[in-house]
Amino acid sequence: MSTVTTTPNITDPDGFYAKLIDMHDGLSDDDSAALNARLILVLANHIGDRSVLDEAMEIAQKTG
Amino acid sequence: MFEDRYSLAFKLYPYERSVDQDADSPVRHPVVIMGGGPIGVATALDLGLQGIPVVVLDDHEGIGMGSRAICFAKRCLEVADRYGCGEPMLDKGVVWNVGKVFHKEGQVYEFNLLPEEGHKYPAFINLQQPYFEKFIVDRVREAQAKGAPIELRGKNRVDSITEFDDYVELEITTPDGGYKIQADWLIGADGASSPLRGMMGLDFEGRVFQDSFLIADIKMKGELEFPTERWFWFEPSHGSGASTLLHKQPDDTWRIDFQIGWDVDRKEEMKEENIRRRLDAFLGDVEYEMVWSSIYTFQCKRMDQFRHGRVMFAGDAAHQVSPFGARGANSGMQDVDNLGWKLGMVIRGDAPETLLDTYSEERVHGADENILNSTRATDFITPKSKASHIFRNAVLSLAGDHEFARPLVNSGRLSVPCTYDGLSLNGPDELVGGPNRTRVGSSCPDAPLGDGYLLSSLGNGFQILTIDTDAPDEVTEDRVTAKRVAVSAKDDPSGALSERYLGKASSAVYLIRPDQHVAARWDHFDEDAIRAAIRTACGKGA
Ligand SMILES: Cc1cc2nc3c(=O)[nH]c(=O)nc-3n(C[C@H](O)[C@H](O)[C@H](O)COP(=O)(O)OP(=O)(O)OC[C@H]3O[C@@H](n4cnc5c(N)ncnc54)[C@H](O)[C@@H]3O)c2cc1C
Repeated sequence: MSTVTTTPNITDPDGFYAKLIDMHDGLSDDDSAALNARLILVLANHIGDRSVLDEAMEIAQKTG
Repeated sequence: MFEDRYSLAFKLYPYERSVDQDADSPVRHPVVIMGGGPIGVATALDLGLQGIPVVVLDDHEGIGMGSRAICFAKRCLEVADRYGCGEPMLDKGVVWNVGKVFHKEGQVYEFNLLPEEGHKYPAFINLQQPYFEKFIVDRVREAQAKGAPIELRGKNRVDSITEFDDYVELEITTPDGGYKIQADWLIGADGASSPLRGMMGLDFEGRVFQDSFLIADIKMKGELEFPTERWFWFEPSHGSGASTLLHKQPDDTWRIDFQIGWDVDRKEEMKEENIRRRLDAFLGDVEYEMVWSSIYTFQCKRMDQFRHGRVMFAGDAAHQVSPFGARGANSGMQDVDNLGWKLGMVIRGDAPETLLDTYSEERVHGADENILNSTRATDFITPKSKASHIFRNAVLSLAGDHEFARPLVNSGRLSVPCTYDGLSLNGPDELVGGPNRTRVGSSCPDAPLGDGYLLSSLGNGFQILTIDTDAPDEVTEDRVTAKRVAVSAKDDPSGALSERYLGKASSAVYLIRPDQHVAARWDHFDEDAIRAAIRTACGKGA
């Protein structure tokens, strides 16, 4: 069973973050939410492994 | 007065006076079935073919009008095949493989189901329910002619019952007045609104969700060739509710289901002009003739237990699900498959009465799986929250260009038989490297065998299926005989038999129940182990 990587793993974190935010420029709240949903689905499919996905969902749920 | 509640497609068992009506005291029968829908009649057929006398009481004289359940899945057809009425269903039914998914204005994608090879029956057929029922009744007539002790009594309405320790007494109304009979065992197959449940004061729990469907059967007029495809439309822009489904049926008839919500004015919606307004918006510029229409309301529910002493419930009387995934009639046929052999064994004295509790255990498990699946489909089709709606639409918008999103699209998962994982009749699963799909508790998948198919050689009694290993011709343990069916992986050059039953193993021994579910499996024959597994599978402890 794999686990979620929770140590820094993104190359160019600043660049990634800026692009993530830029994607939402000029979008309505609904369109932003739809865009996020599509992004989550693309990423989730890339990961594929249910145990990793479950753990990621738990981490997100427990934070904030 | 004896008035019909619905009109008939086929009048197959007109009222006839029975000798029971002239008896001095109520006549006792081993089994009485209340309700002559598909589930009641199929149960009678199962028992009658075992030689057990059975009386079916229905308050009508035949099969109700209207397509209703139209999608009959492989397992359901295999059960019908075991009873000898699967082939006419297959001949009459429509097989389709191409489906299209639409959202709002237009098509999102098209798919081909590419069915798995090596099965006698396809994944499913489309067939109007009255035909499905008629083929079962035809088979009953054929079996009766050969001596099967089955009686179908039309216009025999059960009005009340009294329960005793070892029998039930029924009060029946006919056009000639009332009479009473007694039954050692009573089966409630009297449909979703089951009067029997009411008479016994039993709960029907659930209401996971509720909805209504406007259903129309139409025949296309003119030259237009409409394709044999399934169209599922999410949030149709033609403004016809949460979803619309189009299906081809035999007799050049198409079926359209409009999901229209729970709080609808049924009278208003049922007016022909209103049905035509929806149909015209959906179909565009075509001419059609309306054959039948109805509003189907349902709630997702099941009884807590399907056995109550001398009374067993089956089919819609025991459970109701949404039509997404076609689990209504299909799961009812699996109830029959499960109940028939158990009740037969109990009546013959080959198994303890407690075996009937496992009917409830196993089919409640099946009903829960069906309710879970249809709840998931409904949540996708009718999202309950804003976030759920956003995700649903995200899936649909990705599904057009990106194949990965298509498995997430849920317009109903087709009914597949449930596996009785971890339940009490299961024996050991000791086939190292054995395939997961034939694990203990599963229903046997079909496979080619010589010129025919594996399932045709299994069923009705217990069987010991041996693959490339030796075993005696039969084993009898405490009145129950399991007969050997010997096959070799070489009997199927396509390799499907080996893939479905051996996996990584080089030989296998399966103990298979009369309903073609796997009771236990090993890699070689061990007499003590088989005997213990037969006991377990008959509810006698190991
Ligand atoms: C309008 C409509 C549309 C449907 N559409 C779909 C669909 O799209 N997909 C799907 O999967 N399923 C659909 N269904 C459900 C499907 O028809 C049922 O799952 C199936 O008929 C269940 O079979 P049954 O034998 O358990 O019950 P039923 O077919 O309901 O049979 C019960 C029988 O008991 C009889 N009865 C009732 N009370 C008494 C009494 N007091 N005495 C004697 N007899 C009695 C009735 O007359 C009836 O003949 C639909 C049902 C309806 C009504």
